[in-house]
Amino acid sequence: MHVPDGFFNASTSVATGLIAAGAVGFSLQRANRELRETGPALAGLTAAFVFAVQMVNFPVGAGTSGHLLGGALAAALVGPWTAVLVMSTVLLVQGLLFADGGLTALGTNITLMGLITVLVGYFLTRALLKVLPRRVGSVVPAATVGALVSVPVAALAFTGLYSIGGAVDIPLGKLATAMVGWHILVGIGEAVITAAVLSAVVATRPDLVYAARHLQQDLVLVDADGNTSTVSPDRPIAAKPAGRSLGVGIAVTLLVAGGLSLFASAHPDGLEFVGAKLGFEGAAKSSAVAGSPLADYGVHGIGNAQVSGALAGIIGVLVTIVVGLAIAKLASLRTNKAS
Amino acid sequence: MSGPAIQVERLVFAYPDGRQALFGVDFTVERGERVALLGPNGAGKTTLVLHLNGILGSVAGGTGSGRIQIGGTAVHREHLAAIRRKVGLVFQDPDDQLFMPTVRDDVAFGPANLGLRGSELDDRVHEALVQVGMQDHAGLAPHHLSFGQRRRVAVATVLAMRPEVLVLDEPSSNLDPAARRELADILAGLDVTLLMITHDLPYALQLCERSLLMDGGRIVADGKTRDLLGDADLMAGHRLELPYGFDPLSVPGPERA
Amino acid sequence: MSGDGLLVAVDSPVHRVPAQVKLVALFVFVLAVVSTPAAIFWAFGVYAVMLVAAVAVAKVPATVVSRRLAVETPFIVFALLLPFVATGPQVDVLGLHLSQSGVLGAWNVLAKGTLGVIAAILLSATTAPRDLLAGLERLRLPSTLVAILSFMVRYLSVVSDDLHRMRVARESRGYNGGKVGHLKAVAGGVGALFVRSFERGERVHLAMRSRGYTGQMPLLSVSGATRTQWLEGLAISLAAVAIAVAARVVSL
Repeated sequence: MHVPDGFFNASTSVATGLIAAGAVGFSLQRANRELRETGPALAGLTAAFVFAVQMVNFPVGAGTSGHLLGGALAAALVGPWTAVLVMSTVLLVQGLLFADGGLTALGTNITLMGLITVLVGYFLTRALLKVLPRRVGSVVPAATVGALVSVPVAALAFTGLYSIGGAVDIPLGKLATAMVGWHILVGIGEAVITAAVLSAVVATRPDLVYAARHLQQDLVLVDADGNTSTVSPDRPIAAKPAGRSLGVGIAVTLLVAGGLSLFASAHPDGLEFVGAKLGFEGAAKSSAVAGSPLADYGVHGIGNAQVSGALAGIIGVLVTIVVGLAIAKLASLRTNKAS
Repeated sequence: MSGPAIQVERLVFAYPDGRQALFGVDFTVERGERVALLGPNGAGKTTLVLHLNGILGSVAGGTGSGRIQIGGTAVHREHLAAIRRKVGLVFQDPDDQLFMPTVRDDVAFGPANLGLRGSELDDRVHEALVQVGMQDHAGLAPHHLSFGQRRRVAVATVLAMRPEVLVLDEPSSNLDPAARRELADILAGLDVTLLMITHDLPYALQLCERSLLMDGGRIVADGKTRDLLGDADLMAGHRLELPYGFDPLSVPGPERA
Repeated sequence: MSGDGLLVAVDSPVHRVPAQVKLVALFVFVLAVVSTPAAIFWAFGVYAVMLVAAVAVAKVPATVVSRRLAVETPFIVFALLLPFVATGPQVDVLGLHLSQSGVLGAWNVLAKGTLGVIAAILLSATTAPRDLLAGLERLRLPSTLVAILSFMVRYLSVVSDDLHRMRVARESRGYNGGKVGHLKAVAGGVGALFVRSFERGERVHLAMRSRGYTGQMPLLSVSGATRTQWLEGLAISLAAVAIAVAARVVSL
C-alpha cells in the first residue's frame, strides 16, 4: 500500500502531509513521557522490528501475498502515540533509504498506514478490553480484532483519498469494494500475526504490553531474611482507564469508514475535469455513474449507485467487526476453559 | 574519597514481571583488585552488576532493597551521574553497547554526556580506541566489524569515560582464540578495578586472583580463584565444570605474573 | 536487509553533496514532477534526461536502479488496470476498449511514480545512512524522531539477521507445511522476534544510561553546507521547477 509519488494530486499530498505532520507532532508531545522512561532505543527497535516483519509475506489467495502493516500491533505493544512515531519512522526509512513510497506521498503513507491503522487498532483494542475478562491475556483477542479491522479501514481511507485526489476517475464503489474486500483478506493475516506476537509477549513478558498495563497483578517479594511481602507492580506509565465503551469504539470506526466512503461517493467527478481540460468535454458529459458497472456488485434494492457503494463499504467493515467479535468471544471462552 | 571500590550489602531485587533475581547479596571489592564473578546461568550475575551503577534496583524505581557503595559513594539517586562515570559497564552483547551509527559516534557518546566537546572529545575518543587497537576503524558502522572487533570497541566506549571500576559481562564469550587472547592482553594492561562475569574458567584464573561464586541470587563462595576452581565438590554443586584436561593447580595465574 | 540501505559506496560529485542539500533537492524535484500536468509529455522527457545524467554522474550502476524499481510493481499493476476500469469516453486500441482518461491516468501514475522512485534511489544510493540522519537533523527534524530513526537504522540489520536465522532454523528442521501451516509458523517466529527486539531495546537503553545518557542524544552533524554547495546540489531541482512552471503555462 506504499503510495508512490504522483499517485494522488499535489493538493491531496499537501493535505495529508499536514495531517501527518500534525499527528507526528501531537504524538511526540504525548509520547514524550513514556519515551523518557523507556528511551528512544526501544521505539527504534520496535521500528526495526516492524520493518523486518513487513518483509515477511503471507499468502492471501489467488497466488498473491500480503504483508503485515503492524500499526495495530505496535499500538497494543508500545501505546498509540509511540506507535504513530514508530510507524512514521518505518515509512521515512523505507522512503529515504530504500526508495519505497514516494517522498511527496510520505504524508499520505503516514496518514494511511501510520495513523489510521494505529488509532483504529488501539481504540478498538481498548474498547474490547472493557468487555473481555480483566486479565492481561485478554489483550490477545482484543488486539486481534483491532488488527483485523484496522487494515480494511485503511483501505477504505485510501479509496476516500482516491476520490478526492486520484489521477483518474474510476467507479469508486467498485474501487471501495475491491480494496476493502482484498484488505479484509490481508487483515486476516494481520490479525493472525498480531495474535501470535501478542501471545508470545504475554507468555514471556506480560509487563511489556502497553494496552494491558492496567491489568497487571501484584508482585510477591522475598527479602534477605526470607520474609515475604506484596508490592504493586512497576507502573511507569499508568495507562489511562479506557473511557470509551465498545459502542463508541465501533462508532468511531464506522464513522471513519462510512464517512470516508460516503465522501468518496459524493465526489465521483474528482478528476473528470482533467479530461475536460484535454478536450474530451463533450463526451465526458455522459454520466460516470450511469456507465459504471456498479449494479453488478452494489447492494440490491438500493437505487442510488453511490449510496450503494458506500453501503457496501460500511457493510464490509461491519461484517469484519462481527466476525472479529465472534472470534474474540470464542477465544476468550477457550482461554476461560483452559484456566 | 575513601572506602572499597565496591561494597554491596543485603541486596534484594525482583523484576517487574514478578521474577525475583537477588535474595540478599553481600560482598566487597578493594581498589585495584581483579575479581571474577562465576556462577551458572540464571544465578543473578547480570542482574547484580546492573545494580552497581544504579541501572536496576530501588534507585531506578525498581522493586528491591539493600545498600551499594562505589568508592565510598552510595549508589543513590542524587549521585547517579557520578556513579555512572566511576563504574564502566561492558555488556555481554556488543550490539547492545554499540548503538550509534559509527564507531567514533559510539565511543564519543559517553564522554559527550560528561560534557566533553570539540578537540578534547576527539582526543578522548582516539585515546580509548588506541587502548583497544581499533583507531583505524573509527569511521565504520558497527555491523561492518567482526564480532571480536565489536567487543573491543565496546570496551573502548567504556574506557573513554575513564572509569574507576570496569565491569565486564562475559567478555570472552563468542570470541575466537586469538581475539580472546588479544582481549586478555588489553584487560591485563588496564589500571582499574575489574569485576568480570565469566563462564570461561581458565580466563578467570588467568586474569583474576579472586573469584565470587553466585547461585540462586546469593553469593555462595568467595576466595582465591585457584582454590575455588580446585574445589571439585563446590564446582559440581553449582553446575560449574572445568574444560577437558584443564588443571587449575598446574597453570600460572595473575598472582605469579 | 542491511542497515546500509541502497548505498553504493563509491566517490562521486553527487556523493559529496551534503545530505541536507540532497534531501531538499529530492523533495523539490519530486514536487515539480508531481505538479506537472500529465499531458505535457515533453516535460517528463526532460526530467528523465536530467535524472539519467545525475545517475551517470553519481556512478550508480543501472542494475541497482532497475532492481529497486520493483518496489513500484503494485502500482504499475494498478496503473495498467486503469484504462479498463476508468469511466468516460472510450477509445479502441488494437481491439481493446480503453478509457481515454484511464490511459492518461495510467501514464500519469507510471511517469510520475517512476521518476520519483529513481530520484529517491539516487538519494539513497549516494548517501550513507548516518549522513542522511545528520541531514535530517540539520533540517530541524525533531530530535526525538532523529534518535528513533538512528536506532532503527542501526538495528535494522541485527533484527533482520535474527529473522533470517529463525527462518533457516525452521526450514532446516524440514518444515514444509501448507499455506495455513506456513502462516502459523511465520507468526510464531515473529512473536519471538518481537520479544528479542524489545529486550534488546531495553538493554540498549541500559547501556545508554550506563554511559551517562539523560535524555539528550549528542548531535550528529558538525558542519553546514556552503552557498555554493546548495546551488550546485539544487541545480537539477531548480531546472525541474522551471520546466514544471513552463508546462503549467503551456497547458493553460
